[in-house]
Amino acid sequence: MPEHDVKDVRDIVINYHDGTSRKAIVLDREVPYPEGKLIVSRTDTQGVITHANQAFVEMSGYTEDELIGTNHYILRHPDMPSVAFAGLWETIEAGNKWHGYVKNLRKDGAYYWVKATVIPNIRNGVVVGYTSVRRKPSRSKISESEALYKTLS
Amino acid sequence: MTLNLTVSPDFAPDHISGWFIFNTWLQRQLGTGVHLELYDCFDAQRKDIKAGKFDLVYANPFDASMLVRELGFKALVRPISKPDETIIATHKDAAIQSVEDLKPGATLVTTDDPDVNRIGMIMLEPADLDASNTETLAVDSYVIVAKNVLNQNADVGFFLKDAYDELSDLIKNQMKILVSSEISVVHHTLLLSPKLQKYASTIQQRLIKMIDDEKGRSVLESMNLLGWEAMTEEETEFMIDLIDTLIDE
Repeated sequence: MPEHDVKDVRDIVINYHDGTSRKAIVLDREVPYPEGKLIVSRTDTQGVITHANQAFVEMSGYTEDELIGTNHYILRHPDMPSVAFAGLWETIEAGNKWHGYVKNLRKDGAYYWVKATVIPNIRNGVVVGYTSVRRKPSRSKISESEALYKTLS
Repeated sequence: MTLNLTVSPDFAPDHISGWFIFNTWLQRQLGTGVHLELYDCFDAQRKDIKAGKFDLVYANPFDASMLVRELGFKALVRPISKPDETIIATHKDAAIQSVEDLKPGATLVTTDDPDVNRIGMIMLEPADLDASNTETLAVDSYVIVAKNVLNQNADVGFFLKDAYDELSDLIKNQMKILVSSEISVVHHTLLLSPKLQKYASTIQQRLIKMIDDEKGRSVLESMNLLGWEAMTEEETEFMIDLIDTLIDE
């Protein structure tokens, strides 16, 4: 870890809506979004990851084995207001597409911003899971989102 | 019975004869007539597909979505190691070094290829650019896209990566690539209409085995393909779900 990051390390406990929690480290260090790539994952209806592409593995800092079978909320950064995810679930459970700007937490405590889109996977009229695709956001959208999320936290 | 076949108009003109050779090969394999119809333009082709004119369609990923979800087609195969990727390029002497250097009012030169245009616009989002603050010059082919970039009639051009790679070195040396997509899981597919599903397994098997004999390999080469691999229904649905996430509505 670079020396200048060490002073910015925070040890925190993240509580999730399902009553579970985990210890995590948080660094004030942004990892740039990779050019031209899409981060792709799929989950079951409970948000448990069933597929992760290589870009997701690289950006999250977890191995594929660590991601598969884990709830997608492992990526949630403490700076993200829970109301944003409540809106996401409300939208996709109603069968609709959700777009939003998200600050994600990496395994090493650094973060990366994405423009995320989540859609329900409908097979024979039944929602069997969700696909989430993330792409590179603009700096202006990140700034707007940071300002908005501070008011919601 | 005659099968009606059509091919997404985004392949390089050099491979037109390859698709006619494939048509003849397929007729012999299936022991039935196969009629190939090619189009210059995506919209005209889409209109005829929707009118039920075709039984077998080699479709770009965006049209595959419409064929499966709206018309009940099923994907049989996809080309091996041939994902659809998009390149945004500019003139080699342009001051622009990255997409983020582009400003509102930027001019784009594109074909009417729906997947390249969609992915291209997504790759402009980091510069806060979209259809409302850019100007688009639509042309008929990737060679004309390149000409417009070289003549600096537009700030950037959108290319299907395969088409860009096939441009001459003379042309490529006068351009620089700003960004190249690395999506990997979006590709063309060969789809069969719902009324001919009883032939699905035969056609799929013949295509997969095409690479096993010399004649088949030579036909593939003329189409610039390495071979075909089977597409399952869930793989098709997965690709279509992914494409859905790329359409902002």
